[in-house]
Amino acid sequence: MNKVAESLQPIEDPNQAVVGAGRPPVIAPGHTFGTVTDKISAIVLTRKTPVGWYAGFGTALLFTGLLLVSLTYLVVKGIGIWGNNIPVGWAFDITNFVWWIGIGHAGTLISAILLLLKQTWRTSINRFAEAMTLFAVSCAGIFPLFHTGRPWLAYWLFPYPNTMNIWPQFRSPLIWDVFAVSTYATVSLLFWFVGLIPDLATLRDRSQSKTGRVIYGMLAMGWRGSAHHWHRYETAYLLLAGLATPLVVSVHTVVSFDFAVGIVPGWHTTIFPPYFVAGAIYSGFAMVLTLAIPIRAVYNLEDFITMRHLQNMAKVMLVTGLIVAYGYMTEAFIAWYSADKYEGFVPMNRMFGPYAVYYWALILCNVVIPQLLWFKKIRTSVPSLFIISLIVNVGMWLERFVIIVLSLHRDFLPSSWGRYAPTFWDWSTFLGTIGLFLSLLFLFLRFLPMISIFEMRTILPEAKVGDE
Amino acid sequence: MNKNEQGSGLRAQGSAETRQTGQASALSAQPSALKGSEFWRTLEERAGDPAFQERLYNEFPSEIEAITDPVARRTFLKLMGASLALAGVTACTKQPPEKIVPYVRQPEELIPGRPLFYATSMAVGGVATGLLVENHEGRPTKIEGNPLHPGSLGATDVFAQAAILGLYDPDRSQTLRNLGEIRPWSAYLGAINAALTAQKPLKGAGLRILTESVNSPTLAAQIRDLLSRFPSAKWHQWDPASRDNIRAGAKLAFGEYVDAQYHFDQADVILSLDADFLGAGPGGLRYARDFSKRRRPEDAEHMNRLYAIESMPTSTGARADHRLPMKPSAIEGAARAIAAAAGVAGARPTGAAQDKEQKWIAAVAKDLLGHRGRSLVIAGESQPPAVHAIAHAMNQALGNAGKTVVYTKTAEAEPVNQLESIRDLVADMNAGKVDLLVIIGGNPVYTAPADLKFADALNKVQLRSHLSLYDDETSALCQWQIPEAHFLEAWSDARAFDGTISIVQPLIAPLYGGKSAHEVLAAMSDRPERSGHDLVRDHWKIDKDDTAWRRWLHDGVMPNTAYAPANVTANAAAVGSGPMSPATPAGALEISFRNDPSVLDGRFANNGWLQELPKPITRLTWDNAVITSPATAARLKGSEYPAFQGGEHGQIIADVVELKLQGRSVRGAMFAVVGHPDDCVTVHLGYGRSRGGRIAAGAGFNANAIRTSSALSFGSGVELTKTGDTFSLACTQYHHLMEGRGLVRAATREEYLRDPKSVHEGPGMEPPPPKTLTLYPEVKYDGYKWGMAIDVNACIGCNACVVGCQSENNIPVIGKEQVLRGREMHWLRVDTYYRGQAENPETYFQPVPCMQCENAPCEVVCPVGATAHSSEGLNDMVYNRCVGTRYCSDNCPYKVRRFNFLLYQDFDTPALKLGRNPDVTVRSRGVMEKCTYCVQRINAAKIDSEKADRKVRDGEIKTACEQACPADAIVFGNLNDPESRVAKLQAETRNYALLAELNTRPRTTYLAAVRNVNPELGE
Repeated sequence: MNKVAESLQPIEDPNQAVVGAGRPPVIAPGHTFGTVTDKISAIVLTRKTPVGWYAGFGTALLFTGLLLVSLTYLVVKGIGIWGNNIPVGWAFDITNFVWWIGIGHAGTLISAILLLLKQTWRTSINRFAEAMTLFAVSCAGIFPLFHTGRPWLAYWLFPYPNTMNIWPQFRSPLIWDVFAVSTYATVSLLFWFVGLIPDLATLRDRSQSKTGRVIYGMLAMGWRGSAHHWHRYETAYLLLAGLATPLVVSVHTVVSFDFAVGIVPGWHTTIFPPYFVAGAIYSGFAMVLTLAIPIRAVYNLEDFITMRHLQNMAKVMLVTGLIVAYGYMTEAFIAWYSADKYEGFVPMNRMFGPYAVYYWALILCNVVIPQLLWFKKIRTSVPSLFIISLIVNVGMWLERFVIIVLSLHRDFLPSSWGRYAPTFWDWSTFLGTIGLFLSLLFLFLRFLPMISIFEMRTILPEAKVGDE
Repeated sequence: MNKNEQGSGLRAQGSAETRQTGQASALSAQPSALKGSEFWRTLEERAGDPAFQERLYNEFPSEIEAITDPVARRTFLKLMGASLALAGVTACTKQPPEKIVPYVRQPEELIPGRPLFYATSMAVGGVATGLLVENHEGRPTKIEGNPLHPGSLGATDVFAQAAILGLYDPDRSQTLRNLGEIRPWSAYLGAINAALTAQKPLKGAGLRILTESVNSPTLAAQIRDLLSRFPSAKWHQWDPASRDNIRAGAKLAFGEYVDAQYHFDQADVILSLDADFLGAGPGGLRYARDFSKRRRPEDAEHMNRLYAIESMPTSTGARADHRLPMKPSAIEGAARAIAAAAGVAGARPTGAAQDKEQKWIAAVAKDLLGHRGRSLVIAGESQPPAVHAIAHAMNQALGNAGKTVVYTKTAEAEPVNQLESIRDLVADMNAGKVDLLVIIGGNPVYTAPADLKFADALNKVQLRSHLSLYDDETSALCQWQIPEAHFLEAWSDARAFDGTISIVQPLIAPLYGGKSAHEVLAAMSDRPERSGHDLVRDHWKIDKDDTAWRRWLHDGVMPNTAYAPANVTANAAAVGSGPMSPATPAGALEISFRNDPSVLDGRFANNGWLQELPKPITRLTWDNAVITSPATAARLKGSEYPAFQGGEHGQIIADVVELKLQGRSVRGAMFAVVGHPDDCVTVHLGYGRSRGGRIAAGAGFNANAIRTSSALSFGSGVELTKTGDTFSLACTQYHHLMEGRGLVRAATREEYLRDPKSVHEGPGMEPPPPKTLTLYPEVKYDGYKWGMAIDVNACIGCNACVVGCQSENNIPVIGKEQVLRGREMHWLRVDTYYRGQAENPETYFQPVPCMQCENAPCEVVCPVGATAHSSEGLNDMVYNRCVGTRYCSDNCPYKVRRFNFLLYQDFDTPALKLGRNPDVTVRSRGVMEKCTYCVQRINAAKIDSEKADRKVRDGEIKTACEQACPADAIVFGNLNDPESRVAKLQAETRNYALLAELNTRPRTTYLAAVRNVNPELGE
């Protein structure tokens, strides 16, 4: 860490000492309470919406439309419009589900765990990381719902009192999924919304339009910024952070149980929970980088999302990426070491079977290329970080594809070996959820403060008066 | 409920009628209320109806006065409320206009909900198989074999199983048509009568009858009667499913037409010369049972040994202890060599056989000679007559005649050389000698040899009529198309392979008013109105006392009608020294034409069950292919590979090649099959139908286009060129290797005798984990404990179980496009695995239904509890509860679960609704389904047994697959009963559970195969 700090240009500003004690700053020098508030709220309230926003939102909306069309056709015709078959009962549907859920993890990790660990650098990225979580979970939720043969009956997975007197089958990991994901979505939403309240009040106060005042006013829930409010807010936020923290680990652990509990060779592995959690954080940080880099460029937020943030996220990616790589190694090693003919076949089939190219692409994306992050030059180069983050996103998607499809397509009986290829509707549903994700993100960027105003103010030197 | 609704509909309609008649009478009662010239608005006004008058002139009709009366007002409001409510109710339920009448008198023995079984029989290619047909309230729903019938013994083949779908096929010809116009039967009678009248003075010189092989005594008598009235008329026969070579071979050997009947239960050593006697042909079901009876290694002393020389790999070759792949033309040489070695007088070996073959031939001959009188040689229908004659001579020389093989009169009423017969007909037609051609069944335009140009000749006939199930290629060229009554709709009679006569009785009135062959022939007699029923009864001289007739109908067989053995002797000298058929020049590619194992000669091409049935060995569905050996495919640079869509379990992309033979050509997909001889291709007939119905349309290529009379079963000099195109073949199993997993277990007889446990020694064969290896308490099954044992050693891979299961369990047909995606729906599949050498492997069939695991992996993962364990150990599927996550299928190591990815069931076609089994749920889309051990049959038997206050007896419940199986390879029963057959089989040393090491504890187990290998030849 110190090395990094030394290598950076010395900062002229006298406030520097207060802010970072020898580290690169988490907020560019020269900002005051006023400038922070002005800059962030202006994006929502006063600045002219850039043309790029309209173009981006329009495109994203187009893909959201594609999602609607795909899902409608799916409900009308059935799962058969996808490429799923016997033996590959799950393919793009669950791959996408796990991918989206994984992406969400970074948001919760940044907001909850880093908050508890008092990592102040999280402040400038936590808001939109949380938003990303929420949107990713929304996209993820679409898949388990619509991948069922009869989605209109999917509510049977919930334990609700009914005249049939039937409960869900609690031994099934899918039921655990329902609880894990719905809890996760609820807590994430609450956490995000509670964190927004002081800023919504700021927007209410600064809004020039009546509509803005009314809507932000309602959402601010009467926030006046009194000491009582702040006291309760801090307590609630801390409690929620405490609640959200175990979820970071539990959700993907439960998701991994979908596979680990099954007896399919390649699924039935005890390493899955930690390996999935690491993978989730890996892909989540990759996605935060993928989003943060263009946003800070477009909205000139380099002051708030500094090189230090990008570097830190790159480091987290490097660490989790190594854990994931270790997971791949262990998987292959144990498959061989177990001397089980079915398990032993799995890595061989992955490496040399018909889908070998996907496996090697996965190794390239998730293991080889991210090693570049060891080099500071790469870590501090925004374009290369952006490209690597995209590659990791692809790699993590491939990982889920490899785990699901490559395990299912050749399991126990060679007579039932088959293959899977996605259809147009597989792709359109996947791209559609990306469209939905981006649409929601664009709306968020336009109508809500993407960086927490009040929290940014707390990391200003002005806020540190009396700390010492 | 439904009945009630319809009943009220009847009432509603009744009252409407009353109103109308009321009106009419009012109208007529007051004819002069208005003057004729006055204008009137409604009938009521014109009739001067007082009520109408009141409505017309009084804004508030008299009912309104009720409002002023407090008591009446309440009633009025009540009525109004009630009528409004009723109006609402009736508005929602539109009453259908149909009338429904309950049974006024309950038919005898008919209890709604309980099926009745009737005996009948089905004839294919001139040989009948006895059947029992399940009938639900007048609708036949399922076909079983008739245990009393010698050709069935309770088993069926795929064609019989699928006949139910054929009956309800909506594509069947439904109306009598003349030049495309719908005409009444009387019009046909008129036309045929006129034509026959014109023929009268000519003595019928211009009259020709073309039939398939006729084995109905009544029909033969009718035709003979017709010929006696028109002495110059001719009767021709052409049946591509028939066996010209077999007939000619018998004539060659014996000088007359006789049928050979084989007693496989008596034979210790069997030599098959390209004969697929287990898979198809007359008596095939019987032979399969007799053969498999002698395959039980527990009775090792009596195990038979089968040698097979064959070209296209078949079920028989797969079951052979020694199989020698040979080009069809080379088999004659091998047959002569074996005959010479086996001591057939005058037989001389021809052709230079290779060393390996010579050793094989010597060993076979030695083995045959060592089992005089207890051996058997059988030649296949595609082999030339000479080979058949040699086989007969060998049987005689080995003393088998009269013991393992007996000769009888033919089951066919009038055996002829059918190729000559149709050639004569074409010549006569071309010569303009034919004025009237009545085609009874068959589809000669499609099936006749290409060089005869049957279609062109047919057009030269003045009046052509065609009786057929479908409006097919031949119908298109005939002025009259008569819809044929399906055999389940018509009266007839038929002979089994051994001559036993069965009465064919209808199970349902003709759905589309079809006519049987008998009725069409009756139309040409002096009593055209006579029904099939009367004709058959009259033929058998049944008068008022019909006790015997009723007995025949009940049993499905006429007692003591089997032929007695004929006393014939093969002329061995003539046979052995006969001229050798021309051999194929070295290097030339040979082509072999075969009837398709699923659609035969094309007559079943519109049957979805058969089209979607994975063919034995190749596992292809929906198409035929140009089949060859991998080496030949490589030499011709033809390749095939699994697509990513569907892959090995669905879609194989194959090169399209053009086959050119004698100036004719056809294009088809090339498919390599191991075990096929080199330098030879096999094509199956029955595909490429141009007018076969919606199911047949687009399936495969028409091999008849290059099949000429000089190369009906095989020929040489075919040119094969790659076209550069590719074609997607729907293949449900492309991977046939076991990958070192002990899925099928096998040993030789010697190994087995040394140590029966040796079947479980081999790569990947792991024992199940000990039962103590669990934290959970052992589940006790107190009542019944259902289980199944499948004998891999007996299974001949004939697929009868698959179609039987499909028929019993309302399994949908999904079409080629969905099979390509790897979604075929069969609850039971026959996995085929290879073992041993690559070019000529041992082939094993392994039927895989649901294993009904005691520790079922599917049950744990279902989130909604839609698949659950019953107290009897069944792994039940609750369709209503299933939301379709497919998790159960992912977690099923046997991959026996099937998912309704789309709406596969046809809920709209009315005809198909009739054929479904009412005891089995018809699944809709989005639902997982799988084998239930025929739980509906289990419950029916349990209800019966509980009423009688007893336990279900062993064998009382037969699952559909077990029932269809000709080889007795599948046994179902109660494992808690140590005396049950299944419990005894599972106690055998050979017994093993598939993937037992997973601790799934399957209730379905397998019995390992034991091959009776000749030590001289080794494995």
